[in-house]
Amino acid sequence: MSRVHVTCTVNGDETEFLCDGGQTLLNALRDEVGLIGAKEGCGTGDCGSCSVILDGRLTCSCLVLAPEAQGASIETVEGLVSGDDLHPLQQCFLEGAALQCGVCTPGFLMAAKALLDRNPDPDETEVRYGLAGNLCRCTGYDKIVRSVLAAAESQRQSA
Amino acid sequence: MTVTESRPQYRFVGTRPVRHDGLDKVTGRARFAADCDLPGQLAGQVVRSPHAHARIVSIDTGEAEAMAGVKAVITGDDFPAVAPGDANHDMGVNLMARDRVLYEGHAVAAVAALTAEQARAAAAAVRVEYEPLPAVLTIDDALDPAKPAIHAHMFTSGADPAPAEPSNVSQLTNFARGDVSAGFAEADMVIEREFTTQPVHQGYIEPHAVTADAGQDGKATVWCSSQGHFNVRAQTAAMLGWETARIKVIPAEIGGGFGGKTTIYLEPLAVLLSAKAGRPVKLVMTRSEVFRATGPAPGSKFKVKLGARSDGTLTAGKAEMAYSSGVFPGYAAFLGAWTVFESYDIANFEIEARNVVLNTPRSAAYRAPSAPMSALATETVVDELAQGLGIDPIEMRLRNAVSEGDVNTLGAPFPRVGFVECLEAIRDHPHYTAPLGPNQGRGVAAGHWFNIGESSSATVNLNEDGTATVVTGSPDIGGSRASMALMAAEELGIDVYDITPVVGDTESVGFTDITEGSRATFATGMAVVEACRQVVADLRGRAAKMMGVDVSEVAWADGSAVHSGGEHDPLPLAAITAEAKKTGGPITATGSLDAKGVGPSFAVHLCDVEADPETGVVRVVRYTAAQDAGTAIHPSYVEGQIQGGAAQGIGWALNEEYMYDGDGVMENPGFLDYRVPVASDLPMIDAVIVEVPNPNHPYGVRGVGETSIVPPLAAVANAVAAAVGRRIRDLPMSPVRVLDAIVNGDGSDNGSGGGSAG
Repeated sequence: MSRVHVTCTVNGDETEFLCDGGQTLLNALRDEVGLIGAKEGCGTGDCGSCSVILDGRLTCSCLVLAPEAQGASIETVEGLVSGDDLHPLQQCFLEGAALQCGVCTPGFLMAAKALLDRNPDPDETEVRYGLAGNLCRCTGYDKIVRSVLAAAESQRQSA
Repeated sequence: MTVTESRPQYRFVGTRPVRHDGLDKVTGRARFAADCDLPGQLAGQVVRSPHAHARIVSIDTGEAEAMAGVKAVITGDDFPAVAPGDANHDMGVNLMARDRVLYEGHAVAAVAALTAEQARAAAAAVRVEYEPLPAVLTIDDALDPAKPAIHAHMFTSGADPAPAEPSNVSQLTNFARGDVSAGFAEADMVIEREFTTQPVHQGYIEPHAVTADAGQDGKATVWCSSQGHFNVRAQTAAMLGWETARIKVIPAEIGGGFGGKTTIYLEPLAVLLSAKAGRPVKLVMTRSEVFRATGPAPGSKFKVKLGARSDGTLTAGKAEMAYSSGVFPGYAAFLGAWTVFESYDIANFEIEARNVVLNTPRSAAYRAPSAPMSALATETVVDELAQGLGIDPIEMRLRNAVSEGDVNTLGAPFPRVGFVECLEAIRDHPHYTAPLGPNQGRGVAAGHWFNIGESSSATVNLNEDGTATVVTGSPDIGGSRASMALMAAEELGIDVYDITPVVGDTESVGFTDITEGSRATFATGMAVVEACRQVVADLRGRAAKMMGVDVSEVAWADGSAVHSGGEHDPLPLAAITAEAKKTGGPITATGSLDAKGVGPSFAVHLCDVEADPETGVVRVVRYTAAQDAGTAIHPSYVEGQIQGGAAQGIGWALNEEYMYDGDGVMENPGFLDYRVPVASDLPMIDAVIVEVPNPNHPYGVRGVGETSIVPPLAAVANAVAAAVGRRIRDLPMSPVRVLDAIVNGDGSDNGSGGGSAG
């Protein structure tokens, strides 16, 4: 079978991969690019575990076909760190105990980043609605919401 | 936090370090079940039944086997035969249908191919001819003797006399105490109510997944996530008819379980496919498969009657209950019967519980199994009695709450428990007296869970530089590695970050039971403490050698060996490990035990809701949950267990339910239509940790994982009743039901209680 050649930018790096025409971006990231941070929790765009930022927009990568990523810029959880430094969201999630099993965590981090990218000073309600596309079954969201608010504060302080 | 009993001051226990496995989980490096891939791996696909109940006339795999890329196809014929009555019958038939399919989504065959696309195409090409049979889909149908029995070999156990006809009632449980008629006669008010709840799914975000690699030596390695990899090994071996030692299970990170990953679904299929193909095989469930084929919690149907004197003392209780355990018998009704009146000291009761089977997926454990439904019934009726008698709902519960020495439902005395302390914590919380807004109502409810001990193993290895590795056999589903490290740090006296907690595979650590029954931090923690104490004894001996004194003169304090006479400087742990080669070799110890002395855990939840009078939508606007943790080893993760259980219970109360069409086909097998709470549905959940140490644990631990889901159904129901002035006793309290209660309630059953005079 013939495969589709895709060139895109992943976490700032020019990246090429071959995929099937019907393959999702999520599967391509995991199986062709080797980035396993995004997870498939539902495959229907309802749980947000596969969240990535695609050309600046929070996106369920399970709802995008891999060939559609041609020329796109994709941010995944693996791109949040810079060298030895964790992103403030990662740091606040750790310190705030915002994860239990952790399988939803990459998606929440990307959703939170997309929120803070466009709204650096959200209130609790804005955080809750900003994360409403992501399911967590362990935490009841309390510590996640607090950690996102703390990260926003931390980012504003250092800005 | 409320600390109600004195306890030692700890250096590490009770602190909140960043969890050891946290970094991997915020950077995307953590490997969950679906993240394990092997060279040459094949993709598997399970073929599932579209019918709720049908005879399998034939399965033709010929076309599928001939398709491009297909390397193996299996059906029920590839598994050892199981006969009704065999210990392995129910699980074996559940894994792969034999002569009949018993629920929609029941596995009938599986294929492995080079690519996932080829596997899906091949699965679609497996030809199965079905002859549909009548399906039993509701508890009422299951209780109706005129309906066909799903299992011709199943006779109600616990019935006296033993029944002559097979039945869909698998088990009858009866508990009784005292004289119920006299008890109700003593009451000034008696209230009897009926309740129904629907099956709900545990809803872990990680679907079941497995990668199996069966070698030509007859052995297999299995990578999967589960709540107990030793259990996966035992069950997989049993299903295949293999010796246990032929299977090695390597635990992946587990993306949520809540009880639903205490059993197996895919592992033996993957091993068989791999053995047949001679290559590794990976199977991953879709979310739809997770809903249709894995463990929901049972649905239930209750009638509960309670009587109380005008001072609030409960005088008698009567409960008639039924739980559906899905297609095979389960223990749901037994646990429901045990829990329904367990929280209160009631002199007279009669409890009768029926476990029924249906043509729906086999139910699995879900966090304090059966207790949320029984608490819904009891805590609602207690609330109505309190209202009817004009007694504050906390005061009503305080007058009847069990405490140490009271006899439980089965007749055993309660150990020290913290129920009263939880009630007082909620009564004294500012939330309890905070003003309410329009269309808002407040509800309170209590709940408890037993907790269990079981077998655990832990090995502590000291490294040359004075750091340590703690290996246990307990999968970490909510932060237990951090709690193991904290307890080890406390014992050894070294920093918590100098300890690496590890979940070992089935060949690297001693047998350990499932992470269930809120047991990991309790029981496996005890094994860690035991191993640490052996290590400390060894360290004292090594230090005595190094000092040239008798070991009786050497104590262990703050991470150092201390000479009682004071002639020798203290020897820090790292100084002893550095010399280990000269004093007897590596320092290591294993603790293994069958943990006794569990501490039951109680919780009291307080909930404010607002009901929209135009749409019937109920929002939880404030929530406070107090729970007795015994001792909170890592308070953040205790709070997390409390908050998570509360959120699941709120979803159960308001939204979640399995919906079937008339043929038994699930209509909402996805997160769009099976709606679990999202962040915008919930407020902050104020977790109040009550600490009444368990006297039977070295650090006073009670399990904390399950109790938190017990009170919310009733707490929300009581709050909704207060908000809308009507009682809704059928869950979920969806907008349709709430609006119907608001618009069509006839006023005879208002939320303000009102029972008959006794």
